[in-house]
Order: sequence, then C-alpha cells, then structure tokens
Amino acid sequence: MAEATAIQDRSLTHAEPWGAKPKRMFAPATVMVYSILIVAALYYLLPLYVMVMTSLKGMPEIRLGNIFAPPVEVTFEPWVKAWSQACTGLYCEGIRTGFWNSVKITIPSVIASIIIASVNGYALSNWRFRGSEVFFMILLFGAFIPYQVMLYPLVIITRELGIFGTLTGIVVIHTIFGMPILTLLFRNYFASLPPELFKAARVDGAGFWRIFLQIMLPMSLPIFVVAVILQVTGIWNDFLFGVIFAGTPNFPMTVQLNNVVNSVQGVKEYNVNMAATILTGAVPLLIYFFSGRYFVRGIAAGAVKG
Amino acid sequence: MAGNKRPPALFRNLNAKIAAMPMIATVLVVFIGCTVWTVVYSFTSSRSLPMLNFVGFDQYTRLFNASRWNVSVKNIAIYGCLSLVFSIVVGFILAVLMDQKIRFENTFRTIFLYPFALSFIVTGLVWQWILNPLGIEKVVRDMGFESFNMSLLTDRSLVIYAIVIAGLWQGTGLVMALMLAGLRNIDEEIWKAARVDGIPTWKTYVFVIIPMMRPVFVTTLVLIATGIVKLYDLVVAMTNGGPGISSDVPAKYVYDFMFAWANLGQGLAASTVMLTTVLIILIPWAMFEFGGRKAK
Repeated sequence: MAEATAIQDRSLTHAEPWGAKPKRMFAPATVMVYSILIVAALYYLLPLYVMVMTSLKGMPEIRLGNIFAPPVEVTFEPWVKAWSQACTGLYCEGIRTGFWNSVKITIPSVIASIIIASVNGYALSNWRFRGSEVFFMILLFGAFIPYQVMLYPLVIITRELGIFGTLTGIVVIHTIFGMPILTLLFRNYFASLPPELFKAARVDGAGFWRIFLQIMLPMSLPIFVVAVILQVTGIWNDFLFGVIFAGTPNFPMTVQLNNVVNSVQGVKEYNVNMAATILTGAVPLLIYFFSGRYFVRGIAAGAVKG
Repeated sequence: MAGNKRPPALFRNLNAKIAAMPMIATVLVVFIGCTVWTVVYSFTSSRSLPMLNFVGFDQYTRLFNASRWNVSVKNIAIYGCLSLVFSIVVGFILAVLMDQKIRFENTFRTIFLYPFALSFIVTGLVWQWILNPLGIEKVVRDMGFESFNMSLLTDRSLVIYAIVIAGLWQGTGLVMALMLAGLRNIDEEIWKAARVDGIPTWKTYVFVIIPMMRPVFVTTLVLIATGIVKLYDLVVAMTNGGPGISSDVPAKYVYDFMFAWANLGQGLAASTVMLTTVLIILIPWAMFEFGGRKAK
C-alpha cells in the first residue's frame, strides 16, 4: 500500500509552494497506474483499429490473414463499394441513401426538439404556473419508461394523423422523446443564470418572448451547443424509432447498415461491411472528437438530477 | 381546472402555458395516455388489430409459460448483472486511476469515452466481426493453438456473454466519466484530513470516498439499469437473437410479437412486464432521491 500512498502524496503537494519540484517519473505506483491505463486504452482502441484495417484490405487477404495485421496492399475499393454499391435487399445503391436519410431526419428533429425544449425549459424556470412542476416531474419519469410500452399506441396515433412512415412522423417522434432530457438541460441552465437579469428586464416591461429572445438566448450559446451535440449523436444513432416510424424509403443509416451487414443473401464482404460501419459511426465520432468537453457535459447532464 | 370560473387565473402567464403545450401534450398523451393504453390492451386477446375483448391474465399466463420469454428474461438477467457489476467496478477503477493527476488525462478520457458516441448497431457489428471465426479465433489458431475455440457467437450458452462484452465496451466510458465527475466533487480537505490521520489511500477510498459518492453511485445504477431493460439494438445487430432464440431479450420479444407476428396482446403484456420492472427499480430510487428533499 506504500505505493498507493505515494501517488496520493504527489497529488496533494500542489497546495504547497509553487515551482519546480523534483519529479519521480518512474515511481512503481506511477508505472502501475500508467500501465493499467494504457492496457485499458488499447482494449478500447482495438475495435476501431480492427474496423479501419479490415476496411482497407481486399477479401482474399482477409480470408488468409489476421484481423490485427495492417493491410499488405491498401485498397479503398471497399469504401467506394460501401458508399455507392452495397446491397440492402433489392436495392444496391450503397449506404449513401441511408446517409442522406439520416441527414434529412436529424436536421429537422434537432431544430424542432431544441426550439420546443428551450422555450419549455425557460417557461419552467422563469414563468412557473400551477402544475408546471408536476408536468415536469412526469416528463422526467417518462424518460425512464421503456419505449416498447409506448410504441404501438404511437403507431396508431401517427397513423391517424397520417404521418406514420413519413419524415414528419419520425421528426415528431424524435422531438417527443428528446423532450425530457433537453427540457431538464435548459431548465437547469436558465435557473442558473442570475435572477436579477430577468427581474430587471421585467421591470423594464419586457414580456415572455422578448426576455427569451433578447436576454436569455444570447447568454445561452454553450447550452445550445451541448443540446445540439446531444441530439445529433442521439438521433443519428437511433435504430428503433427509425425502423418503425420512418418508413422504408426513409430508413436512417443505422437501419440500412444493419440491413447491409446482416442480409442473408450473397457472400459476406467483411471489408465492405466494416467500411459501411465506419461511415455510419463517422458522424457522431467526428462530433465527439471535435467537441469533447461539450459532449461530456451533455451526457453528464443526463445523470445529474434536476 | 377552476379556470373557467376565474378566467384571469387560466389566462395569467398565458405565454408560459403556450410554451409548455408540447410538454403538456407529451406528458398527457404519450407518457400517460400511451402507457395506460398499453396496460389496458395487454388484458385483451388482440391479434393484428387492437380489440377490447378482455381475457383477464391469459396473455400473462401464456407469457410466463413461453420458453422464448423465459430465455429472454434469463438473458437480460445475465446481461444486467454482469454489465452492472463490471461497468461500475471497472468504471470506478478507471476513474480513480484518472484522478491521480496523471498526464494525458484528456487523451485517456477521449479513448475511454469514444465508444459511447457510437450507436449500438455499430458496436454490435464491430464485435460481431471481431468475435467471428475469422477474427480472434483465427489469430490464436494461426499462432499455433490449432484446437483453440472461441465460438462465442455460435454457442447457444455463451452468446449472451459476447453481447455483454460489446455492451461493456460501449458503456463503461460513461460510468468512468460520471465517477470521475463525482471524485472531482470531493473536497480536497477530506484527502488532507485522511492523510494527516495516516489512513492508507485504499482505505480512504473504500470507507470515506465511496460512501460520500453514494448519490453518484445510485444515479449511475439507475441510469445503467433502465438502459439494460431497453437493450435491443445491440442484440439485433450482433446476433439478431440467434443462434435460434438463445440471445433473445425482452425488448426484442415485444417488437417481434407486435410488429412481425401480429400477436399484439402478447407483445403488450410483455411490454407491461418491462414497465413493471422499471417501476420496481425507479420507485425506491425516486423515494430516496426526492422524498428526502421534500421533507426540508
């Protein structure tokens, strides 16, 4: 245990005078901490590495070789094929159809859900009315109800409204199910702003919408970024709602990817499958890599209670 | 509402009520309305169309006697227990290691958390490829261990563990991030006090820090547990319930009965059981979390 205490010693000395302190870079405890972290990191990176390597090999090399080995002959053929020729059932147009469908689903869903949730969160934090807290509590609890419980009645409702199997339908569904987390996010953010601002604006005669548009919005850019990241990744990664509510011509990329890879007919082309998988994961991954801090805030918001 | 008698009460703060309309509609129609609908119709013998011919608990009797449902429940229990224990233990250990003022903390966090940005479909397909016979099995065999067998995906009794591996890869980073945030919220003074008293670090973690982080653990537990009940995409992508029905899960059972086999009553009964399970997890948590606060 002396090793573990040594780590703590080092970490606690920062409260003492600044300046160069002698560093024991290779203390046994430090080495242990780093080696465990590095081994864990390798385990986490392995699937990404395998995906990329497999997607760059030709099929003969895959059958003969080792999944961990880098390609002997790099080929981008699988990527081209995955994008524009891979087959899902009857059609062989690649997963670009799915990509564009996902774009068409994600953009309006993100915009609609964020507008509704931000206004709602603002009303709940600054303009409470009788019953508003009760509705909010039920909304939060609703986030925990398994989707399977609400699926069939929602199918009936959307069918009656004539939006089942359409882009509008899937956008409405995403807006509904994004509401609990987004409302929580915005409500907590608006509640954390100094109340004097709101009061001063009211004294000056500004109303509900004016305070929202001119005072609140300009101050809440960070939370909007968090909300956009949360929604884009969440909606892009959705499978269940897409397969039920979007309708066959609008199947999002995840559904199409699953159809390509798990289709029974034909020879399995693992390199094409992996290229298609990377392409599907690329959008949320890029968002994640470029927005690390905000992404963490977004998912933490889901865990921190209101 | 009493609003009709006193119009001003209903129309006061009208804009806020308009702004909250989508929420009110969602709560009343979707979260309450649809749930009640499902529970009511789970007591009917509806086949491909919902019909109100009540049959009591028939659907539930059939459900609990169905071997496929029992396999699903057993699978979700195995998946649930293993992923709860492993993601919390591994997530906490990683968070503790990350909290030792290490270098490259951001790099490590990025690596541990990136799978969480990927969908379950992508996760399932990657692990399907790694665990397939051309994957790890072949690598080990080529190294000279000719008889090495790792047929996780084709072995009926092992396939659920393959799903656990993939699920853990995707979700542990989230637990790590939540735990790390919890550790960072612990007052530095606690550590100083423990050090002054000469308490070993591991003891401080076990007897001081972990009890202090109870809210974080409880919240994480509830998040993971409710996620487990919803497990669906990962199974569809990785095994599609196979081989046979050996990796079936409740969410897939519900989907198949509702949308593929037109046996609505059965699907609704199964989804009502899922709802009940979530309520059993959720109600004690809600009482723990919010009951105490109201007393203040």
